[in-house]
Order: sequence, then structure tokens, then C-alpha cells
Amino acid sequence: MNFRKYLVLAGVTVFAASGDSMLSHGMKQTGSISLNHLQSVIFAILNPWVAVGILLLLAFFATYMTALSWADLTYVLPATSLGYVLLALVARFVLHEHVSPLRWFGIALITGGVGFVAGGPELTEHPRASESGDEARATSAAKSTLLAKDARNGAASGVKP
Amino acid sequence: MRGIYTWSAILAIVFASVVGDVLLARAMKQVGDVGALWRRSGLGVVIGRTLGNGNFVVGVMAMAVAFFSLLFALSWGDVSLVAPAAASLTFIGNAIAAKIFLHERVDRRRWIAAGLVAAGVALLAG
Repeated sequence: MNFRKYLVLAGVTVFAASGDSMLSHGMKQTGSISLNHLQSVIFAILNPWVAVGILLLLAFFATYMTALSWADLTYVLPATSLGYVLLALVARFVLHEHVSPLRWFGIALITGGVGFVAGGPELTEHPRASESGDEARATSAAKSTLLAKDARNGAASGVKP
Repeated sequence: MRGIYTWSAILAIVFASVVGDVLLARAMKQVGDVGALWRRSGLGVVIGRTLGNGNFVVGVMAMAVAFFSLLFALSWGDVSLVAPAAASLTFIGNAIAAKIFLHERVDRRRWIAAGLVAAGVALLAG
């Protein structure tokens, strides 16, 4: 993991959280959309909050795909769940909403989970599981052939003297 | 009865998004390191190779199914139940599916991480 990759993970987190909140803010301005009035979808897209929200979610998808190209799914998902924490902090300190003790506890759990997955050295050793899985299988296969050879040699050497 | 509808829709969301995430993860592993590929061959090759990947296309479709299941779930149940239930079950489902289908090494550290995040999301959105 280098600085550039941490930057991509931060991008996944920030783009998802900011895109969702801008979309939600914009959709509350435009009002509800029904299947009977599909033209209201076009008005919704013309709303600047919604438009910027969609652009941010496209950026989220691009960074998410980039992260998945060099990291495990089980690494990327917990690592980028800090977005939920970010949303709660924005709700508390920017929007001045009330955040209940239960939610603070939830924030603590998520932060702990992110720490768990991000702190492991073996995770950085195996950033691409499919390859490392193949390697592991290959090495174990090689090991077993070596063992078999050893056994044969041992048996042979055991017979010889 | 409404509860059964809501929970079926939640399970549909979880199933579709797990399928989508696993397929997208597999697709991007096949495309390879996006940063390296971009420097070597340019952005056009990255986009072309990603959009031309079968797993990517089906993965995006699965994500679309998850989105529409979410709309159905929200029309039957409260957002305060649907959003956290779907999000936290998806975390657990992804850990299981990544271990089985992507052969990712999901060690104790990653199980704990997935469990903590799932519990935290359930509390946060509830």
C-alpha cells in the first residue's frame, strides 16, 4: 500500500458519502417522483444538487473499481465504511443534528472494524487474493511434490545402507 | 404479511448486491491494476477493457437489480429498517461470498472487521 492507494480509498469514502448526501438534499428540493410522471425525473436531474451528486457517485464508482483492481473485496468494503462515520460527523458538526449515544457507539464499532482490517500486515502482503491464492496452491503443490521426492529419497536411502 | 414482503425484498437486495460486488471484484482483478495499466496504455484502454469485461457487465446489471429491489423494499417497509438491515447483511454476505467465490483469504481479522462494521452500520442507520 502506497500513498496513492490510500488516496484512492479515501476517494471511495468521500465521493460515496458526499454524493449520497448531495443527492438526498437535491431530491428533497425536487419532491417525490412517481412512475406516472417520469418527466419529473428530468426536472430532478436539472437540479444542481442532484447533478453534482450524480457526478460524485460516478467518481465513487471509478475509484471503487480502481481499488478493487488491486485490493480484496473484503479489504475495500470495511476500509471504505468510514463514509458512514463521515456522514454522522457531518450531520453532527455541520448540520447540527442530534446524534444519539447509540449512534456514537455504532461509529466506534465501525472505526474499530476499519482499524482491524487496515492494521493487518498480512493484508498488504496479499493485496490480490486471486493471485496469491493461485500462488499458495502452486507452492503447496510444489511442496507436496518435494515432500514426495524426499519420501522417495528417504525410502531409497533407507534401503541402500 | 407486509413484514414478509419487506424481508423478501431486503434478502433480494442483499443477494443482488453480493452477486454484483463479487462479479465487479472479479472483473477488476481480470482487468488488472488500473493505475499501472493507465500509465502503460492510456485511459482509453482501461475503460475499454473494463466495459468489455463480461463479469463487469453482469455485475452492473446485478447492482441495478439491487437498486430496484431497494425501491420495492422502501415502498413496503420503513427506511429505518430497510437501509441498515440491507447494508449490514451485505457486509456479512460479501465476506462469505468473497471467501468462497474469490478465494480471498478471509482470516479472523477480516471476519472481526466485517462483523464490527455490520453491527456499527446497523446501529448508525437504525
